[in-house]
Amino acid sequence: MNFQSSSKQDFKVVGTRVARPDGVDKVTGRALYGADFNVPGCQVGLILRSPHAHARIDNIDTSEALALPGVKAVVTSADWGVPEDEGLRDVQDNCLARGKVLYDGHAVAAVAAKDMVTARAALKLIRVDYTPLPHVTDVDEAMKPDAPVVQEARADESVPEGSGPNVTHYCEFGHGDLDAGFAKADTVIERSFTTAATHQGYIEPHACVASYGNDGKADLWCTTQGQYLVRDLCAGIMGMEGSQLRVTPSEIGGGFGGKTTVFIEPVALALSRKAGRPVKIVMSRVDVFRATGPTVSSSMDVRIGMTKDGRITAGEAKLRYQGGAFPCGTVDMGAQAAFAAYDMEAVRTRGWNALTNRPKEAAYRAPGAPMAIYAVESVVDELCQQLELDPLDVRLKNAADAGTKASYGVTFDQIGLRATLEAAKEHAHYHAPLGENQGRGLSCGFWFNFGGNTSVSLAINADGTASVTEGNPDIGGSRASISMMAAEELGIPYDKVRTFITDTGSLGQNDVTDGSRVTFAVGLATIKAARAAIQVMCARAAKIWGIDEDAVIWEDGAAKPSGPNAGDFEPMTLAEIAAISSETGGPIAGHHEVNAEGAGVSFGVHLADVEVDPETGATTVLRYTVFQDAGKAVHPDYVEGQMQGGAAQGIGWALNEEYIYDEDGRLQNAGFLDYRIPVASDLPAIDTVILEIPNPGHPYGVRGVGETPIVPPLAALSNAVSRAVGVRLHELPMSPPKILKAIMAQG
Amino acid sequence: MVAVKLWGSLRDLAEGQEVVEVEASNFKELLDALAAKHPALKPQIDRGVSLAVDGLVYRNSWFTEVRPDSEVVLMPYMKGG
Repeated sequence: MNFQSSSKQDFKVVGTRVARPDGVDKVTGRALYGADFNVPGCQVGLILRSPHAHARIDNIDTSEALALPGVKAVVTSADWGVPEDEGLRDVQDNCLARGKVLYDGHAVAAVAAKDMVTARAALKLIRVDYTPLPHVTDVDEAMKPDAPVVQEARADESVPEGSGPNVTHYCEFGHGDLDAGFAKADTVIERSFTTAATHQGYIEPHACVASYGNDGKADLWCTTQGQYLVRDLCAGIMGMEGSQLRVTPSEIGGGFGGKTTVFIEPVALALSRKAGRPVKIVMSRVDVFRATGPTVSSSMDVRIGMTKDGRITAGEAKLRYQGGAFPCGTVDMGAQAAFAAYDMEAVRTRGWNALTNRPKEAAYRAPGAPMAIYAVESVVDELCQQLELDPLDVRLKNAADAGTKASYGVTFDQIGLRATLEAAKEHAHYHAPLGENQGRGLSCGFWFNFGGNTSVSLAINADGTASVTEGNPDIGGSRASISMMAAEELGIPYDKVRTFITDTGSLGQNDVTDGSRVTFAVGLATIKAARAAIQVMCARAAKIWGIDEDAVIWEDGAAKPSGPNAGDFEPMTLAEIAAISSETGGPIAGHHEVNAEGAGVSFGVHLADVEVDPETGATTVLRYTVFQDAGKAVHPDYVEGQMQGGAAQGIGWALNEEYIYDEDGRLQNAGFLDYRIPVASDLPAIDTVILEIPNPGHPYGVRGVGETPIVPPLAALSNAVSRAVGVRLHELPMSPPKILKAIMAQG
Repeated sequence: MVAVKLWGSLRDLAEGQEVVEVEASNFKELLDALAAKHPALKPQIDRGVSLAVDGLVYRNSWFTEVRPDSEVVLMPYMKGG
């Protein structure tokens, strides 16, 4: 039997809606999040942050703070070395400023004290001498030649000569003859757009406990999307060997990409090393907004040509992103994704990243794609309006398909865009009547998905159950999906399997929970680990029966003799083999380690109906439907949850969410009262339609589903609002004052 | 020889070529050959790149096979949220 290559199409567990393994813990408060962890003797850590958008640090005097009774340690960037690696140096400099503060809220120093009152008092005693410097927070301003320089000489070799001093990266993608393409068009529309920086809005703030022993060994407990990344970054900053730092992840209260780096963890370790005691840091909501990474903000120009019958002849996009005070390459993703939904003969995207005096950008679901696709899908919609074409028919006419050369260079294999569009066209939502001041918008969305480093261990317990140990924090239901795939492969009920997420000392490397990779990659490794355990169980049965191992097959959770031995022996179930494992050779387990490849791209289509109050400009989302190709939905509830959650976050991005800075470069809305994320009462029940076009790169056909759903809402909402009010907006968020202004401007 | 398609902004670093031919049988050999043939590409390769081989995207998979008839596209290093 080939245990490593067989693929499965008939499922007993996969595809069902089993009980969530974390449900009871989460609704009863038993689940332990980052801030719930405590150890004896723990000190309170607090961080002093910059009041300036941009300033030189002339001196930091910590003597008075250190002299305060109850203060155990004070740290600044001087407590660390300067890493050679540029990326690590940026992460470190973002955790504690070195030489300059680069944005309002940038960490400058930190204290560890016996209690919160003492820590607060100590922060006030740290004297920092600043020389304020000119600042810039707008991407277009930042790209000008005479803009305030955020950091000197950070441009990489891609940046064309003559670019402004804050431009750090340039990229270009595409193929075909643009001039010839536009010449074939009957109509060409060119528009400019802006989108605001938005925060991931996870409900759980960053929190950690660090305990650094006087033997140089350390433990860190924290909320994160990737304990191994935390270990690697912290070890690098602290000058430790990775094996000497164990990082244990807590339950996670949302991440959405924002917990794929470190902010407070190395600071807590540095304080603990200096204090000789454990140190706990919990960020306030204000600090989360001011000093953790939102997504990029953007300024974009898009030009698209179309024939009268709706064929796109050429498309061009110029994307200008700012990702805060440190270089970032997010614009690469946007420039590749912008036109991915279309089969085009001529397409070109160009992207620039510029430094600004804002927090260091962190990933946010499908980083870089939502804003680029918003701009493209808005222009496509306007072309449909001008040419009086059905917007869904136009998408279908131009849809990328198997064999399409994508705008970013690859030729697509099997993809689900066409099926998704057809499902949307057939859905009752698309044909429902609309009332006065109401509009319907649609948009396609896309994300690449990837696999990555993954380690899984699967133990067959003597009582006939199975334990799966994996290393990726569960941000979207992965424990259920992993248990289901293990149960499916082993042929035992789902409730006989439990999946555990472990610390960095217990398994080999696991990449971060990001890129929609976990159900795909950890699932793949789990299936392979289960097959390895099955191979051992078949071998044990073969020995008992005295037949060749190759003459044993695994079916319905039992080893069975096959071939000439078929029927000679009664099948042995997993429980029967497990019960005598001690007597037949010892514990039975399987493991698999892989840098998983073969993740299939994912497409989605969203339909949105809105009503706009012409007197206030307020938008109400009346109806919303998400169509997405999941490859294979392992646990449909969670897939729907991802689709609904992405839609909800995208609706917030489209309608209300934005970082607002004053003239001094200080963030004005660092809290959920002023930074308006959608709450349940703002949203309709979000309907979902799951398409299943199997990914050939996964044994069960799984595709990642977590990121694509945040991509289409921006344009779907903008297209709906534009059709409702009769005037097109080119700016996000479309908050009521902006919509009202647009309505009044048209008279 | 394997034909490697470069993304647009890399072309200036490869004497204006959109497609570069190198002798390679896997991901690692391909990157090494690219950097040797066009040293200006090395900083980007060192920062990280992905490789799409016949439509599938690979990150850091040195021993991924590439054949003369493979469609090979160099891409920026993928990251997600």
